[in-house]
Amino acid sequence: MKVLLKRYRVLIITAVAIGILTIVNSQIGFKALSISAYSFKEMMLVIPPVFILLGLLDVWVPKETMIKYMGEGSGIKGVVLSILIGSAAAGPLYGAFPVAAVFMKKGVKFSNILIFIGAWSTTKIPMFLFEITSLGAKFAFTRLLVDIPGIIIIAYVLSKLISKEEIEKIYKQAENINK
Amino acid sequence: MSNYILYGITLLLLILSYLKDKKKTKMSLKKAWKAFENILPEFLVVIMLVGVLLAVLNTEVISKIIGSDSGWIGVMLSAVVGAITLIPGFVAFPMASMLLQGGAGYMQIGAFVSTLMMVGVVTMPVEMKYFGKRLTILRNVIAFIFSFIVAYIIGLVVGGI
Repeated sequence: MKVLLKRYRVLIITAVAIGILTIVNSQIGFKALSISAYSFKEMMLVIPPVFILLGLLDVWVPKETMIKYMGEGSGIKGVVLSILIGSAAAGPLYGAFPVAAVFMKKGVKFSNILIFIGAWSTTKIPMFLFEITSLGAKFAFTRLLVDIPGIIIIAYVLSKLISKEEIEKIYKQAENINK
Repeated sequence: MSNYILYGITLLLLILSYLKDKKKTKMSLKKAWKAFENILPEFLVVIMLVGVLLAVLNTEVISKIIGSDSGWIGVMLSAVVGAITLIPGFVAFPMASMLLQGGAGYMQIGAFVSTLMMVGVVTMPVEMKYFGKRLTILRNVIAFIFSFIVAYIIGLVVGGI
């Protein structure tokens, strides 16, 4: 109970703050609540399959396979795979982090994980099609062509900026998170 | 649409897994639940913060900030708005298209769309849980700066500045 209370502490504070906001300005308060309810519905629609797929991946795909395709020394193959998996994804960016944690557990190279996060954030295929229809092909393709090298460069810059010890710490943390 | 595909694939794999090994399937579902429950409080906080942000920053306010002739200041402001808001793509793209019709510049919209997708200020608590503080901040800062490059090139190619 105490542990539960501690974990949900920030949530409780946020809820109380929104409650106060609603009392002070009911218009904004109710609007905020209805938008939250809408986002919650959206989250509950996308999240269950993502996590079930994660569980299946964790149980069925051996570490050696993942290392071979996306681990150290996987080279361009690993980079391309990371972009493809990230682009095929559905759902908001925060859905990508649990996937990244399982990738770490499976020994995927750090820069490939960062590429995957970048691809998930910005080159998602379903969103790309939608972008073409609303903002035009020229806009969407220009963005895509700048983003793909950008994602790769950002991933390498980040993995250079972070020390080996820090990366190890992050990997160890991932071990514990999905237990 | 993409949701149906996702559910279809998940269901198919789940059935395959169940036919092959019941115990392993049970274990994977247990792991899925644990991973979800682990991040649930952060998820809920993020969702509530987004609700408040979007209630305050409506389309009218946003279009006022990044209207036409706002120049680099407009680019900067739209990048900031994109970075702190978390609008789903199927809302953001039509909104961006409306803003363009309403007179916003391509460069501003480019910055807005780019930071909206790559930078997530409100989702940082979730990101930190997985990647730690330093990496999270670094990734978001670099993605923010990168968005200006994206904006400039989009302005150059699409907007013809």
